[in-house]
This record gives sequence, structure tokens and C-alpha cells, in this order.
Amino acid sequence: MARQRILIVEDSPMMRQLLTFALKRLKGVDIVEAQDGMDGLRKVTSDHFDLALIDINMPVMDGLKLINLIRGEDSLKEMPVCVITTEGAKEDRARALSLGANEYLTKPIQANRVLAVAKALLKSD
Amino acid sequence: MSDEKKVFGRAEEFLTLFNQGAEFTKELLHENERLRHELLSVQDDHRQAATDPGEWGKLRHELLAQIDQLTQEKDHALERLKMVEAENRQFAGRYVEIEEENNNLANLYVSSYQLHSTLALSEVLKIIIEIVINLIGAEIFAVYVQDERSGTLEVVASEGTEVESFPTIAPGAGIVGGSVVSGETFCGITHGTQDWESPIACIPLRVQDRPIGAIAIYSLLEQKDSFSPLDHELFTLLAGHAATAIFAAQLYSQSERKLNTIQGFIDLLTK
Repeated sequence: MARQRILIVEDSPMMRQLLTFALKRLKGVDIVEAQDGMDGLRKVTSDHFDLALIDINMPVMDGLKLINLIRGEDSLKEMPVCVITTEGAKEDRARALSLGANEYLTKPIQANRVLAVAKALLKSD
Repeated sequence: MSDEKKVFGRAEEFLTLFNQGAEFTKELLHENERLRHELLSVQDDHRQAATDPGEWGKLRHELLAQIDQLTQEKDHALERLKMVEAENRQFAGRYVEIEEENNNLANLYVSSYQLHSTLALSEVLKIIIEIVINLIGAEIFAVYVQDERSGTLEVVASEGTEVESFPTIAPGAGIVGGSVVSGETFCGITHGTQDWESPIACIPLRVQDRPIGAIAIYSLLEQKDSFSPLDHELFTLLAGHAATAIFAAQLYSQSERKLNTIQGFIDLLTK
């Protein structure tokens, strides 16, 4: 089975490290990190990814704008996107989902929840 | 000539096939004979058992013993199954516990790794803020650092409200001052507050017995109801590691300043 690629778009190095730590437990997965929305957009448009985990509050370009741009690209319409954010309000969740996010996780993150969502979105065991 | 050969060849094939068929028929007859004998023997046994009440009793006794033995074996198997199921449940529970422990350790490792990854005070404060937001889930909080000269506690970084909004606190005063002096973490109710002197949690930052400052939490994120056991582990980690990181960054910054002064002085003397 081909290896799957996950993109983490998060401005906090600590969160990137934690998410990478958690996701490394999935078999056959390669993880790429992006430090803001713009960096994420560059990476997602120049390479193939099977899943993107995106923070909302980021410098340069926020996560919602990135999701909007991703869903505007024909080649990226089907790529699963999971938002990981501190924003727990219902309106924030609804907005992200309406823009095309597939899942919405709030911080503080729980590694097993992230793993379960990633597995489901990657459709892996 | 070749037709003749073909005919002979076919005849030989047919002969071989016929011989094999004959052999097979012989085997079948033999097997048939054997089965007839067996059947007669069984019929004899049955007839004998039917006519002899002693034999019936013996057979019944044997069958009952066999039933008893099978029942025992079944009970034993069921008991074993129950034990294995219980063991499985126990292992599943243990697996979940270990997973959770593993996740918690990862959080603690990453926090401590990040805290000691820099000697710049602003970076250390940024990392403390990230830990408190992302791992503890606080919405409004402040990082107090003790002023070396006056001993008062001043806010050097905050989240949710401007740094200037928070008061300067005298050592020993209120929850924050008291926590810094005693070195004990305060953890009260988790409903948010705007009373800067009454945080819902206060973590004193100390290097050995030397107070460095405190982290005062005033409210949690909307999706977080209360502090978890991991939060308390993080409080302990922050109490020691954040304090050490701040202290090291302060020392480094002081030594940098002193080095620059000395260098400037040397430059002045030698030029």
C-alpha cells in the first residue's frame, strides 16, 4: 500500500511537534509541516496530500482563508481537511464546516481523538 | 502403417484403463465386504445389549459417565472463556491507560523540550503562553515575574487581556502573592473571573526555593469545563521547568548585557 501524506498547518512549533508525535503512530504515513497559511498553501498546491490538519488563528494567512482557497482548487476539492483550533464556539465550527472542512477539533487536543479522526479521514486501519 | 500403430496404442490405453477399473472394482468389493462384517458386528452388539439388561445398564452407565465428563469439560471451557474475556477486558483497559499515559508523557516531553529550546526571554514567555493555551486550555491568564529589586510580581505576558490590565502584586498578597511565597499551586473553582486578584488557578514558578513568579489563570476556553489530571501534571512541570527557563533566559540576557558593557569598556581602553 502506498504511503499517505499528512500536512500540518500550524504556527505553534510546540503544537506541530505534538501533532507529529501523535500522527507518527499511524502506519505508512509521512508528515509535512507548514508554519502558516501561506506556507500551507504553497505546500498543498505543489505536492499531493491525503489529509491536511489546519489551525485557524495563524499569521500571514489564517486557516479559514486557506480552507477557502483549497476548496476553490479543483484538484484539492476532495482532500480531507481537519481544523484544530482553540475556537470552540458553535458559529466558528459551523463556519469552518461550511467552508469545506471535514472535521473540527478544539484545543486542548487529545492525541487519541486526533488519531481517530485522522484514521477516519485517511480511511486507514 | 501409422493407423495400425494408432489402433494398437488406443487398445493399450483401453487395456490399462480397463485394468484400473477392475482394480478399483476389486477394492470396492473388498470394502463392501468389510463394511458388511462391521454392520453384522454392530447388529450383534445391539441385539446382545437389547436382550441383556446388564449390558443395557453398562451402556447406560458408560453414556451417563460420558455425558458427565462432557458437561464438566464444557463448564471448564466456559469458565476458561470467562477468564480469558475478563483478561481481555483487563488488557483493553490497561491498553487505554497506557495510551493515555503515553499521550500525557508526549505532552510533558514536548512542553519541557520547547521550554528549554531557547534562551531568549520573549521566546520562553511565548512558549509558556502556548503551553497554557494549547495544552491546558486557558483563555485568560497572565505570567507574573518577580522584580529582583522590589520583590513585587509584575505581569510580563498575558493572553485574553492586555498586560497593562493586570495589577502589580506584593509578595504574599492575595492568591497570587500567597502562592508565590508558599510555593503551593492554587486550584479553585473553574468558572471564569475578571477579578485579577482571584484567579481560578495559580502556579508558582520557583527554581529550587527561589521564587521566580507565577502563572495565574482567570478563565478556561469555552469547550473546557474543568482541570484534568494532566493539567495538574502540567502545573507541576511549569512550576519547575518554566521557572528554570525564565531564570536561565534572564541570566543569559544579563550576562549578554554585562559582556557588551565590558566589551565596550575594553574597546574604549584599547582604541
